[in-house]
Amino acid sequence: MKRESEAIATAAPPLLDVHDLRTHFALRGSFAGRLLGRDAGSVKAVDGVSFALRTGEVLGLVGESGSGKTTLARTVLGLVEATGGSIRFDGEELVGMSERDLRRHRRRAQIVFQDPHASLNPAMDLLTAIGHPLKIHGVATEEGALRRAVSDALEHVGLTPVERFLHSFPADLSGGQKQRAAIARAIILGPDLLIADEPVSMLDMSVRAKILELMLTLKDEFDLTYMYITHDLATAKFFCDRIAIMYLGRIVELGPAEQIYDDPKHPYTASLLRAIPEPDPSRSVPRDVPRGEIPDAVAPPLGCRFHPRCPRAFEVCGWESRDLRTLLETRWTRLSEDDYEAERRVIGDLDALDEPALDCVLPAADGHFPDDAMSVFEALRSDEPEDPFFKGVAEVGTDPRGVRVRFNDAMDPRDLDLDGTRVQCHLHDREALEAARRAG
Amino acid sequence: MNGPVLSVRDLRVWFGTPGAPVRAVDGVTFDLVAGETLGLVGESGCGKSTLGRSLMGLLPEGAACDGEILYDGANVVDLATRELRSIRGPDVAMIFQEPMTRLDPLMTIEDHFLETLRTHESDLSKAEMRRRSLDALGGMGIPPTRFGQYPHEFSGGMRQRIMIALALVLRPRIVIADEPTTALDVLVEAQILSILSDLRRNFDTALLLITHNLGIVAEACDRVAVMYAGEIVESGPSADVFRSPAHPYTRELLASIISLRTESLRSIPGAPPDLREPPPGCRFHPRCPAAMQVCPSLSPVPVQVGTGTVRCWLHGPEAMIPAGGTAPLEHRTLEVADEA
Repeated sequence: MKRESEAIATAAPPLLDVHDLRTHFALRGSFAGRLLGRDAGSVKAVDGVSFALRTGEVLGLVGESGSGKTTLARTVLGLVEATGGSIRFDGEELVGMSERDLRRHRRRAQIVFQDPHASLNPAMDLLTAIGHPLKIHGVATEEGALRRAVSDALEHVGLTPVERFLHSFPADLSGGQKQRAAIARAIILGPDLLIADEPVSMLDMSVRAKILELMLTLKDEFDLTYMYITHDLATAKFFCDRIAIMYLGRIVELGPAEQIYDDPKHPYTASLLRAIPEPDPSRSVPRDVPRGEIPDAVAPPLGCRFHPRCPRAFEVCGWESRDLRTLLETRWTRLSEDDYEAERRVIGDLDALDEPALDCVLPAADGHFPDDAMSVFEALRSDEPEDPFFKGVAEVGTDPRGVRVRFNDAMDPRDLDLDGTRVQCHLHDREALEAARRAG
Repeated sequence: MNGPVLSVRDLRVWFGTPGAPVRAVDGVTFDLVAGETLGLVGESGCGKSTLGRSLMGLLPEGAACDGEILYDGANVVDLATRELRSIRGPDVAMIFQEPMTRLDPLMTIEDHFLETLRTHESDLSKAEMRRRSLDALGGMGIPPTRFGQYPHEFSGGMRQRIMIALALVLRPRIVIADEPTTALDVLVEAQILSILSDLRRNFDTALLLITHNLGIVAEACDRVAVMYAGEIVESGPSADVFRSPAHPYTRELLASIISLRTESLRSIPGAPPDLREPPPGCRFHPRCPAAMQVCPSLSPVPVQVGTGTVRCWLHGPEAMIPAGGTAPLEHRTLEVADEA
């Protein structure tokens, strides 16, 4: 089931052209902070994303929760305001567009949400719910026309006999049927772009395939263009022409589906692929899983945002003070209580490391010498001397306050083009490798 | 292998409704041995979570339970609430799906541990309680520096690790994990699964892993039991069941998985039945591609096939199938209207 994506790929201008898009959410901060005009910072949900979507294409947007994929979709629909960059839909700029014009735009771009149990109003029968967009946009208000349009949509999504479903309520439907109804509501205005946000992840295995098949059929019938948002690389492989892998507000890898799966360029993509449980009993639970979890988007890691978890990170990936704290705390999980207490006593307030810095001090506690803190640092290093963290350390020495650690300069990964796949990773960047050689 | 730490015999759980009772678990029998992981799989509504909760005596009001759940010869089904409490925790612990909602937001992690230990092992000194707690947390990768923090200060994956540590601090012999990774991302899921699999290796803990994800069963479970409409239709060593599934439902379920190696989409027609009125005979027969004349009229009995057990007339016993019973069954066509 491979579609002829290459044919349509080049000629026509893209339906959707997103450039350096940013969607940040300001934090409220404390009352006093607001009075004093202090900036509480912002959640950088989408932070510099660029991609183009061609008519008839299926683009997969894949990432863990917190990667910003849903915010990106909502921004494209104009449900959330972009804080920077540009979104051109069929040549028209959406960023900064008035609410009135956005409403017109939404007739052409619709969304199917993840949870079919929550996206349908329990008090509306399907005729009302699916016909609602027609009323809102003033397309069909007369009862007979509305009924005909809804019946037609129900038939297209396979909810037949139509008479049986027109007046049924969401509570009468199974999960798969509800999702079909939600899809009917999304296509009834005849949109060009359909964004599907995890459309099958709440459904049982046994019906997922049917919903995906339905979406592929509808795509051909209505000439739809899809943005398929998911955390599931297995369904994305099946469904998408191209895949964009998102991590903490950025697209770290973007390319044709086959290339992403056969030859992942970014270590993050590679570990995602390895971690998917396969129904193959000869495989066992993968052991080489990246440590930790997706970090806070308020203060993303310096350099490459994946570096704290990356098994292949090196000198210039952005090692910094917070990584030192994490590493030390991880060591402490392995020590006996007495050994831990002994080390903890020597070290001062670890919060000193929370402000991202390339030059930091691991403080010695009051009444302890910098050399005491140094011996803890040395113990840490001898624990796992091969940990990529230590490649990032440029210089260590004592300082009146404790152990001063200076890290190599962090380099922000840039978009690199590798045989048609776009990737943000220093492993493929000659300049970064060169800088690492100089640092190492 | 040593004897089972848990034996379930002909367990039945049903819920009262205004109409007919819902038979959520209907005649389930299995054993759990120390150090093994048993995967319990099935679609939503097949009764797997109800089964898990009944093992802890955690059924809601209005539920009735019959049959035997034996821990060390004591039948949980007959126990009073007070006695049940003494089993929960030290003998059997449970890990739930949503770590976000299972920790008290007003209690620190330390409070959670002290409360658990005080309830079940009140003779421990406070220092000993602290040592045990930090040990359990450390094993899950939670640093001791965070012992005094509140649940909201942790990420989803960390909260699930804390839940697991809380279950393990009492050193239970059996852990029931109900979809422990469903709410988590795939990398964190892999981390948690490797923690759970270390558990059985290092502590000889028996683990009942309830999941809808067959990939997890394949990678993490020694044995698997497949549930359909309140019954276990097939069980056996997971390697064998995955290699050569004997029950048509298991086969269809495996074929409908969308994995990285999927080349064409398959799905099971129809939906699981209403458990107030399950279909007569084999409950899967209306959806079964291999159904025979005997299937709607007689309930299949457990048959040993290779290393596993299966309830399907395709595997006999022939002596019980009436004459002409193996002729194919004419199917009513299933429409989307009947879909799950």
